[in-house]
Amino acid sequence: MTARAPANGKQVILGASFPGVNHHTVWGDPRAGSQIAIDSFVHLAKTAERGRFDFFFQAEGLRVREHKGRFYELDIAGRPHIAVVQAALAGVTRHLGFLATINTTFNEPYDLARQLATLNHLSDGRTGWNIVTTSDAFHGENFRRGGYLPRDERYERAAEFVRTALELWDSWPAESLGTAGGEFVTDPGAGRFAHRGKHFDIEGTFPIPTAPQRHPVLVQAGVSDEGREFAARTVDAIFSPFGEPGPGREFYADVKGRARRAGRDPDTLKILPGASFVLGDTPGEAAERAREVALAQVTPATALALLEQTWLRDLSDHDPDGPVPPVDADGVEVGISRGRTTSTGDPLEKAREWYAHAREYRLSIRELVIARAHRAAFAGTPLQVAQRINDAVQTDAADGFVIGSHLVPYGLDEFVDKVVPFLQEWGVLRTEYTTGATFRENLGLPPEAPGARPGVRPFDAAEFQPATAGAVG
Amino acid sequence: MSHRVPRLGVALDNAGWHPAAWRRSGLEPGTLFSARYWVDQVSALERAGLDFVTFEDAFSGTSPSAASTDPALGTHAVRGRLDALLLAARLSAVTSRIGLIPTATVTHTEPYHLATALATLDHTSRGRAGWQVRVSPRHPEAQLTGRRTVPDVPLLDLDDSFVQGLFDEAAAVIETARALWDSWEDDAVIRDLATGRFLDADKLHHVDASSEWFTVAGPSIVPRPPQGQVLVTALAHGDVAYRLAALGADVVFVTPRDGEHARDIIAEVRAAERAVGRIGTPLRIIADVEVVIDITSAAALLRLAELQGHRVRSSDATLVAGSADEVARLLESWAAAGVDGFRLRPAENLQDLPAITGLLVPELIRRDLFDPDGQVPLGPGWSGESRPADGPVLLRARFGLDRPPNRYHDDLAPLATRRTLETAAGAR
Repeated sequence: MTARAPANGKQVILGASFPGVNHHTVWGDPRAGSQIAIDSFVHLAKTAERGRFDFFFQAEGLRVREHKGRFYELDIAGRPHIAVVQAALAGVTRHLGFLATINTTFNEPYDLARQLATLNHLSDGRTGWNIVTTSDAFHGENFRRGGYLPRDERYERAAEFVRTALELWDSWPAESLGTAGGEFVTDPGAGRFAHRGKHFDIEGTFPIPTAPQRHPVLVQAGVSDEGREFAARTVDAIFSPFGEPGPGREFYADVKGRARRAGRDPDTLKILPGASFVLGDTPGEAAERAREVALAQVTPATALALLEQTWLRDLSDHDPDGPVPPVDADGVEVGISRGRTTSTGDPLEKAREWYAHAREYRLSIRELVIARAHRAAFAGTPLQVAQRINDAVQTDAADGFVIGSHLVPYGLDEFVDKVVPFLQEWGVLRTEYTTGATFRENLGLPPEAPGARPGVRPFDAAEFQPATAGAVG
Repeated sequence: MSHRVPRLGVALDNAGWHPAAWRRSGLEPGTLFSARYWVDQVSALERAGLDFVTFEDAFSGTSPSAASTDPALGTHAVRGRLDALLLAARLSAVTSRIGLIPTATVTHTEPYHLATALATLDHTSRGRAGWQVRVSPRHPEAQLTGRRTVPDVPLLDLDDSFVQGLFDEAAAVIETARALWDSWEDDAVIRDLATGRFLDADKLHHVDASSEWFTVAGPSIVPRPPQGQVLVTALAHGDVAYRLAALGADVVFVTPRDGEHARDIIAEVRAAERAVGRIGTPLRIIADVEVVIDITSAAALLRLAELQGHRVRSSDATLVAGSADEVARLLESWAAAGVDGFRLRPAENLQDLPAITGLLVPELIRRDLFDPDGQVPLGPGWSGESRPADGPVLLRARFGLDRPPNRYHDDLAPLATRRTLETAAGAR
């Protein structure tokens, strides 16, 4: 063990992501387990807790993806209802935080606020909410209101949703709970709320007093100007798409600056990119394993399907190991792939960029997809991976990482066995949890005062632009 | 009946069904919002071998038993509650045998979320999930989402057609949930390396549920639950609710006053089944009774008097205060009338749950009225990835119910689970 972190280095925040329903998750490996059995979730949560992680993270599924008019067959599919599985996991862990991605569009503030408040109590203050929106008709077809929201308004509604949830969570301060044998509540108005807004006109009595950490930890993944501004004022952590040091530092400086200008201590806003990893005993072995993992992730069938999802037309008569066909705007089939994130603007912009890349480097279809659709992993020896994580944190490119793995549910084990000890030796990752600490406390966030969140100014809905739910389903 | 010995469960509601229970027990109000309290209660019931536990809930969180819609009760009544479905989920990984049946309301909630949440509870509990269906008829409940208009009148003054509409919608929600639970066939996950396919798309199905209240395209995002179908239950006091149960439920909770009344209710339930054209397994009929149980009859009556001194309780179910022997005799008469089991509503959890497990259960065993965890057949062969290695006790099996075939599987004759909304509509 050689490298040392600077003395008194920043603590590294670690989240563990349950492998998602996309091609990054390898199901063909003999070690791959169930994507839905409770044992899989329990194993990953306990492994993360063994590694002294801050939290366990799951994305939400609201519809099974479809491709060329059929259910998409090539990736792992099937997910749990997140709040339910996280409630179960709270019972078999003691310290780990739980971050749930939950959509604002297809929920009502009262119902969701009550569920999150319930989780907050049942986990003794270990709940977090990753706020996302969706508005497309494809997902809407599973819900009472359908795809009812214009794209712009879904952000506005999401902003009002979050504000309303905060009002509900604050409506019954635990201090007004009574005492044994006396009054149940000392304030007859405990829990009373009335919210009159454009999207919600509701009133009643919120049935749950404030929980140990008061509000769930709030997380958001916006990168637009509006999204950054909202996040800088309101959420506790941002999922950053910038895992590389350069763009990472730029993003980090930008949103922390916004937080400071909003009158908030920038240390109370945490920046968390995602990262996956491939380990080897030597750098060469790690690179070789990374190549094997990439080939397992991007099978020939997956390569073609991903190209079709980018080219937006049927390419089934092409050889995955053959040349990349040109982009054809006339051949575009609207809705060829449903249930994935949709982008605005030119739908073939990405295809044109990929095609140029393939031409420049003379890549086959499969090679191109590996080069472009493959999630860059931290590949290296355990020491190298630990150094890369710690360097990013100590140089203000991140405050920590959400660690994904390509295997359900045992993929995190070797990270915990081999990488975590370095971080602990350098004093940048806890070796023991603080007993009874909440998710918020584990992240190093200050306790929340009654009333509004620190730094939250009156809400301007127009400034709020959360990310779409990525690869929903 | 495919089982002989009555099933035995407990309905949990706050500190107990009596509104004064929390005060007499000396509980800190915050206790009811802590996981520890609920884990303790349910673990004790599981150790005693009870078949199931239900968790009360309402969309407002207001306890039906505490009747705290009455503003006169003010600050001394229990207020609020945790979400029952998530509470059941919290217990699912720390218990291993007892059935977990949360109440979940259907009027202001999303059928898709309900179905996926209950399917997930069945996965986390390894096949022990149930659902007590409830409608939300009250005006204040509608104001919590502000999306529907509900008349601002006392419950008994609600228009019959309005009430019928709520129950029709509930039937549609149940039917949609059942379709979603079947929307993945058991062998949908194939992990076929040769073709690179994880799924067989032909084994997933759109449900295309459509009613006047909602549409759901499906399929579920959650693979088929271990039980195939989550156990659906409903509390019913009259014909509208009996018909809902006959249309959509597996188990109905009823509230007889005595053995004769129990016979009448059974006849009414069977008539409702015929009226709606129920196919397949008849409803399991479980009798509710609110209990104050103590070492002697006098001690039980004294405790009831203390509770009533705090606040008078009027119950929809029979309230009996007595020794275990007295309560067992009452249950015996109901069993003779033909009910399939009992759901005990403890007046005061901290006193009556230990009395149930310590006094009543041995008495029921002695009378051959209860068989702790006994004689419960394992579910018939079921495949799929979620099968635990150690053979689960499916909640359905405790009620003598098979793991149902999948409605979307080829060559299936019409089954109870294929009852359609047309049947429901035709029954009105």
